[in-house]
Formats: sequence, structure tokens, C-alpha cells
Amino acid sequence: MYKIISRKPLNATVTQMEIEAPLVARKAKPGQFIILRVDEDGERIPLTVAGTDPEKGTVKIIFQIVGGTTEKLNHKTEGEYLQDFVGPLGVATHTEGVKKVCIVGGGVGCAIAMPVAQEFHRLGAEVTSIIGFRNKDIVILEDEFKACSDKLFVMTDDGSYGRHGNVTVPLKEMLENGETFDEIITIGPLIMMKFVVAAAKPFNIPVTVSMNPIMIDGTGMCGGCRLTLNQDGKRVTKFACVDGPDFNGYEVDFDEAMSRNRMYMDFERHAYEEACNLFKEVK
Amino acid sequence: MAIIPNKNPMPTQAPEVRAHNFDEVALGYTAEIAMNEASRCLNCKNQPCVKGCPVNIHIPEFIAKVKEGQFEEAYQIINMTSSLPAVCGRVCPQESQCESKCTLGIKFEPVGIGRLERFVADYHNENNTAKPQLPTPNGHKVAIVGSGPSGLTCAGDLAKKGYKVAVYEALHTAGGVLVYGIPEFRLPKRIVAKEVETLKALGVDIDTNVVIGKTLTIDELFEMGYEAVFVGSGAGLPRFMNIPGEAYKGVYSANEFLTRSNLMKAYREDPVTPIMKGGKVAVVGGGNVAMDAARTALRLGAEKVYIVYRRSMEELPARKEEVEHAQEEGIDFRLLNNPVEILGYNNPDDPRDPKNGFVTGIKCIRMELGEPDASGRRRPVEVPGSEFVLDVDTVILSIGTSPNPLIKNTTKGLEVNSHGGIIVNEDGLTSREAVYAGGDAVTGAATVISAMGAGKLAAKSIDEFLSNK
Repeated sequence: MYKIISRKPLNATVTQMEIEAPLVARKAKPGQFIILRVDEDGERIPLTVAGTDPEKGTVKIIFQIVGGTTEKLNHKTEGEYLQDFVGPLGVATHTEGVKKVCIVGGGVGCAIAMPVAQEFHRLGAEVTSIIGFRNKDIVILEDEFKACSDKLFVMTDDGSYGRHGNVTVPLKEMLENGETFDEIITIGPLIMMKFVVAAAKPFNIPVTVSMNPIMIDGTGMCGGCRLTLNQDGKRVTKFACVDGPDFNGYEVDFDEAMSRNRMYMDFERHAYEEACNLFKEVK
Repeated sequence: MAIIPNKNPMPTQAPEVRAHNFDEVALGYTAEIAMNEASRCLNCKNQPCVKGCPVNIHIPEFIAKVKEGQFEEAYQIINMTSSLPAVCGRVCPQESQCESKCTLGIKFEPVGIGRLERFVADYHNENNTAKPQLPTPNGHKVAIVGSGPSGLTCAGDLAKKGYKVAVYEALHTAGGVLVYGIPEFRLPKRIVAKEVETLKALGVDIDTNVVIGKTLTIDELFEMGYEAVFVGSGAGLPRFMNIPGEAYKGVYSANEFLTRSNLMKAYREDPVTPIMKGGKVAVVGGGNVAMDAARTALRLGAEKVYIVYRRSMEELPARKEEVEHAQEEGIDFRLLNNPVEILGYNNPDDPRDPKNGFVTGIKCIRMELGEPDASGRRRPVEVPGSEFVLDVDTVILSIGTSPNPLIKNTTKGLEVNSHGGIIVNEDGLTSREAVYAGGDAVTGAATVISAMGAGKLAAKSIDEFLSNK
């Protein structure tokens, strides 16, 4: 069992927790993920590591309520326990040799982008961060990004906070004005990452995307997290859990990944409604 | 006394009933049937059956005890060499091992050794209340990677000799393929849990949620004070066919489909882990795993389940008993057919149509058998222009796995072969000192009992190595 050391809501649907998991805390690197089960007979869900404290033996996770399991997780309070917590899984984000980086995060993806930005900052790279949200109410981690970025753009889709527009607006502006980066790393909704890749393409800047497919074991056993890369005209199957979750954005078949992520949409909606007290009351 | 020519048949649930539930298919012998079956044993001096058993169970001796009605004594004899009798009695391919060597089998049907083993183990699990005698600790510590059949066997053998054993398991439940792969109706999970409890009672620590190669490395295990490590990490990445359409929703590897149903209990009425249920299902492949996937799909409510296999019934690698069970339950075997493409739904007028991207069918081509290939089996060749489409909603690919690279990639000096399997010598020792390996991680996909044999061999080698240290 894994103790919840702290719990802090970041906005109405996004929560941060620190979990006691000393072995994971000692090993986890930015870009890696864990898999947890809230309770006995629970579902296994992957969540990216949002930070670690190896001395305290804790791992930080940030999650958005999207279905039954995250709804149940959100009801857990400080001092309670999670049934299972395993990791770190996946390959850590590649940081070597990158001197100037642009981090592009969208929504709860910013929680995953944050430790990556912090790591580049710690290694002495020049960090430009662009973080985007639907509106003012759901902006998270602005202070954390400010602290590790040389330049920060906060964007909202409706203009209610920061600049108006999506994350590709400042990215395109910078690139068109001759700004250049060793690498762009983008983490967020698939559709956003697809557009970031499209925006960077004319300028030939490497783009790394962090994929978040449906997973079960997370160790390469089930193949559920597979995605297709277009490599030199060939279509190659990769497993996000052991080959990723980071991939070359120019190679990823985003349309296929988006379709696969919607496989259990009806099931998930039903599970969320079952887990959420609000819906129970209405029934 | 005249010899009874035929094996006592195994009582089973009727096919039309069992096709709709996940309860065990085979119900097991009664004491009366078991004693009658045991009386068929000729008790041969040279014991050919024992040589056919990868863990060398003292078969004639335990059967003699069954004949006398001394079932607990029979169990103690099996327990001397096997750690998981209730499992082996159910999933071993006895017909190609112990029973294939049975003298009685030359003229008649061999003794039902597997069925007797299962009876004895079940009898023990239901009736025995005595705590196992704890061995005297010998002060040595051994770590086992993976809690599947090879790891559990190795752990059990070493614990009985007084070693302090820790088993590290990546998933949240111990048992490996016995819990995620083999379905409830063939191997109830309470049986596996019971065998694991027996090991714990012997003092074995089982540490779930630890991925060796990620959470800890082999080198760190040595730093933690373990003097030897056994790697039984199992088969790895599922293979795909690399045909168009494999990314459509409704295409599963057998590993994923079975893991969802078995480990994550998606077969339950209101599961927390989703799985595609019902409709028409094609399972590609002809091994035991393919049979398990097909029969699981049927029980999940499929209206039609096909086995699509590119060779003929003669080359089908699954156990005969499993094939017969599947046929009785109504699985439709489409032999000498090979998939060339998986078809999916795409509404050109509405990209938001919720049906978009789901499987609608599988296109196959008919095959005929040509000359024998390297494996000695006749090679299937395509019949030009014979393509046809089976309408299905789900496709399950059961065409094997390739070894998981996690441990290889994080263990310096651990040599693997061209297929990625860990290389071991005749003692189960790898290229690294004090690191042993066995099971699917070495051989690629094989059977539960051969993995147990490898775990047993490694336990013996580790014992010799550490006793002489």
C-alpha cells in the first residue's frame, strides 16, 4: 500500500498528490510515468511523474478527472492509501546536448511538461515555455513554470487570461521572427501536439511529443499502447510503454492515435457517471 | 485382475452450459474415480513415466498411495519434487510428457496421471490444515525476478532448502502467466492464489509492483545482499503481423485481450477495465493461447468465434484436449487461411461518426500445404486469387511474443541470442556470475511445465553454487 502524503487541488478538475513510494522516488526521471490502482480490483491507469523527492521518498502526480478511476482517486484524502503504485516506467526524456529548448504544454499536459522544463533549467539550458489552457479558471503551475523558464507565454483559448489564442500562436511568431531551438518538446492533447508539429515543420526544428495511449501493464506485455511511426516510408509499430512515451513528432501517426484513444469512450463516460456522486444524486 | 483399457473420463461441464460461464470446465475426479484410475497403474520397475516429467515427480509411488486411498500421503510424494501440483495437474500437456511414456499406453490408453495429480492436489488444498514445517534458515539470500511458473518453482525449491527468498513481480498480483494469461475456466485463480500462499507460508517474500530493470536493477539486487538471482521474467512483447489495419479499434494482441479478461476481471458484469464483448470475433493463430482467447471471447458473449490458422489441423500446435473443448463449444475453425488485411469502418461524409476506426472484417487468403519447411511442417503457400472476407467486430492476434528487453538493456554482460532470449548453460547459468535464468525469458513462448523444469534446475544449480561458496 502507498500512502498519500499530501493532496492539493490545482483547479476544479485537476489535483496534485504526493505519494509515498521510495523505490520509485529514487529512480524516476522527467518524462517517465507510473501506473497505479486506487483500490483492490481497481483499473490500472498510467500517470506521468510530476516530480520526486528522493529523500522524503515521495512521488508527485497530477491528474485530471476524466473517468471512473480518476474520479475515485480524487476522493482519496491525505493519509489514505493507494492499492498499487509501480514505476518508473518508460524512457526518460532525452536532455543531452540540448542547449536551447522550447517546452509547449497544453492543459493537464503542463503537469508533465513542468518537470521536463525544470530538468532543462537545472542542466543550464535556455528554456522557453508556452503553456495553454481553455480559460482562466483552469490555469495551473504558472509560478512553477515562471521559476524555470527564461521566457514564458501563458495562453488561453478565450483570452480570459494571459494572451488570447492557442499555443501555436507564439511558437509561430517566434519561429517566423528567426528564433530557433535545438528542440521543441510538446506535451498535451494529441490534436495540440499535431498542430505544434505542423507549426515547427517549415523550420526544420526537431519536435519530441509525449504520447499518452491506453495502457494496461506498462511493461511491454500487452501491446495495447501501440502506435504507428512513419519511418523512411515504412510504417513501424512501437509500444509507448517501453519505446516511449517520447517520440519524434514528425513520425507519429496522430490521426490513428486519436482514433485509438477513443476506443472505450462510451465505457469511460458510463464509469465516470457511476463514480461521481453528482450523477448519483441526479439519478 | 483384467486391465481396464480406457482412462476414466474427466467429468466436465456440458459444452452448451460452460460456453456461457467462466467456471472451470473440468470438474475433477471423485475419490472413487481416482482410486479406480490409480488401480490401472502397472507400477513398472523402470518407471518410464518419471522420465517423461520435466520435474521428475515420483509418479508410480504417488499413484500407489491414491490406490490405497491415502491421498495426503500421495500429496507429500508429489510435493517432494513439484511446487505447483494443482496447477500442473490442470495445464501440463501430459499427453506428450509422462502419459506418452506410460507402458499401458502401448496397447491401451495410458493412466490419467495428470488427472490423478490434480485430484491429489485439490484434495490436499481442501483438507489439509497442517502448517508446513519451516526449514532451518541457511543464511543465504536469493532474489527471483518474476512470479510465474519458473519463478515460483525456483522460489519453492530454494525455500524448502532454507534459503531466504524474495520474489519480485512487476504486476499487482503474483502468478505471472497463470493469472494474466490462462483463463479462469481452465485454471481458477483461487488455485494459483493458494499455491502462492503455500510459498509464503514457507517464508518466501513476494514483492509486487517492482519492475526489475526499472524500479531496481539486477546489480542493485546484489548490492542489497542477494547472493544469486534467478530471472524468470517470461515472454515479452506481443508480435503483430504487420498487415494493414492492425491499428483499428477492436484489434487486440492475445496478451492484451486475456490480461483484460483474466487479470483485470473484465469478464465481470460491471467491470472497471473495459473489453470488447459480443459480436463476431476472429482469433488468428493455433496455439494454446489462441484457444484460450477464442473460448474467452465466446464466454464474453460473442455470437460467433473463428480460429483463423494458416496451416491444417495436423500442424495446429495447441493441446488436443483444448482443441476438442473449443470445437465442442462451437468455435469455428477456419484452417488453411491466412489474414492479409484487417478492414475498418470509415465514414467519408462524417469524420466524427463514432463508428469510424472500428473493425468490420478480416480479409484472408486460402492456403495449401507445400513442401516441408525447416520446422519439418509442410509450408503453407497462398492460393492466388482466393481472398475472401470474414465479417467480424474483433480481431485477436495470437501469433507469439518476442522477449522483453527491459532486463537485457539494464544488465551489463547479460548475453542474449538473436531472438533476444537470455543465453544459459546446462545449469541454467547466464553469462553473468550468480545470475540464472529460465522459462520463456530464455526459450521464447513455451509451456508452464517446461518453465517449472527450468526453475527447478536453476534452484539446484543455485544451491550447489552457494553451498560451495
